[in-house]
Amino acid sequence: MSHYVELSDLTKIYPTPKGGAVIVKNFNLRIKKGEFTTLIGHSGCGKSTVLSMLAGLSEISGGGIILAGRELDGAGPDRGVVFQSPSLLPWMTAFENVMLGVNQVFYTTDKIERREIAEYYLTVVGLGDAMHKRPAELSQGMRQRVGIARAFALKPKMLLLDEPFGMLDTLTRYELQQVLVDLWSKNNITALMVTHDVDEALFLSDRVVCMTDGPAAEVGEIMEVNFPRPRERKAVFEHPDYYKLREQLIEFLEVRAHRKAVAPKIEPPPVEKILPPGKDNFRKPELNHV
Amino acid sequence: MKENVFKKIDWLVLPLIGVAAVLILWQISCATWAKDLPTPHKTWETSKPYIVEPFAKRGEMDQGILRFTWYSLILVAKGYALALIIGTPVGFFLGLSKTFTKIFDPLIQVLRPVSPLAWLPLGLVLFMGAGKNASELGALFTIAVCSMWPTVLNTAVGVRAIPQDYLNVAKVLKLSRTKTLFKVLIPASLPYMFTGFRLSLGIAWLVIVAAEMLTGRPGVGGFLWQEYNSLIYEHIILCIVTIGVVGFILDRLMSVVERRFKTI
Repeated sequence: MSHYVELSDLTKIYPTPKGGAVIVKNFNLRIKKGEFTTLIGHSGCGKSTVLSMLAGLSEISGGGIILAGRELDGAGPDRGVVFQSPSLLPWMTAFENVMLGVNQVFYTTDKIERREIAEYYLTVVGLGDAMHKRPAELSQGMRQRVGIARAFALKPKMLLLDEPFGMLDTLTRYELQQVLVDLWSKNNITALMVTHDVDEALFLSDRVVCMTDGPAAEVGEIMEVNFPRPRERKAVFEHPDYYKLREQLIEFLEVRAHRKAVAPKIEPPPVEKILPPGKDNFRKPELNHV
Repeated sequence: MKENVFKKIDWLVLPLIGVAAVLILWQISCATWAKDLPTPHKTWETSKPYIVEPFAKRGEMDQGILRFTWYSLILVAKGYALALIIGTPVGFFLGLSKTFTKIFDPLIQVLRPVSPLAWLPLGLVLFMGAGKNASELGALFTIAVCSMWPTVLNTAVGVRAIPQDYLNVAKVLKLSRTKTLFKVLIPASLPYMFTGFRLSLGIAWLVIVAAEMLTGRPGVGGFLWQEYNSLIYEHIILCIVTIGVVGFILDRLMSVVERRFKTI
């Protein structure tokens, strides 16, 4: 399969009084059509910056992005974005929020059909009874469901998810991950998600791309995740490979993300040396134990 | 139990205590140091015909108090409408464009504190050629210029305060400029705009008195000034109370509207 999305030498430099601050440097990534890719890395490593350059919300300082054979130039509804905060317009109902996008993309379709599209996606995400409520009347989880429905209803070439479940409690997050994975497998839209949740990344993705720490973040390591689809949380958690992959990801985030791929491995200092004097007595038995 | 009953009616009792206190102070003042000030009783007696027949018209400058109020309200409505029509777009431009702000903000800051008493003569000069309408146009100009600023500044603040999230939505969906304006920018800044509208209305009502005093137009302010010149001081107090009550009612009405338009 050919590459559907190509990020080539993508670079982001923010101008500061002391000269340019390099956030992302020479970021290269190729994504196949219909693939679900996740960018994982520490907070502030620049993963969201990559995503917002893809969304066209942040200017590209260097390199370029090709989506479906065309170089990207600015934002557009061919990419459905699910933001970290639901970003719904509070003066509109859930339905109107979705319709705002649908009207924009399907302006040639007649009105009844457009309404049906919006209603369909809102029902699929579980808001069949609440679609005419305003965001203020919805829970945080329901708002994010609207956000997901809005992105899918555009029938975009690509789905961009920026820590979409970061603001939710664990149970709601699980629910919404299932909603997302179900909806995604039905539509098979090429997706790129940014997260720092290892379990979320493993559950949803075909590939997990680990980013090194900023400044000048780049691709550190890429992991294939081959759990069978359609995925069910329980089945994935109980898969024999699950904990091995999870360990690898955590190990990367804990140790290797902090260094450039080419940098030599630095041994952690011996324990005795970082102990403050006087506390030796306290720690000694423990050391003997080891 | 007794306390409860009191709690229930204290919204009425407590303000009445305030009114009574002022009346007593007023009465004492009349008896002691302000001999020319009419007493509360005399004020009521002299004002009665203007209150019990509020819409009577006995002459150009001798009409029921509500009739005068009506004239004033019409003039205010016109000037206020003008202020909103000019002020809102100006506020939008200030909020949207940094360059526009840099060009006009110093001017606005300088013109804003200028009193209506200073603007009115300029207004009269501007419309001198209009003949019979000169005083009305001058008054409208003054009301519009003076009451515009809260609308301008609050709209600008409202536009600047629009969360980036909403703008991102507009950007990602590639909404047209008009759609962004009507679907995102205006609804998002509406609460701020209405705060500006309410403050502007308060100022417009303040200005009307000054404008009518100087132009001698029939209205509450004009009536007040005329009665001062005719030495009927009771009517000054009648006018003051009327202006206050009307201003209060306008403010209440506007805050009801403001709350209705709270979009968030």
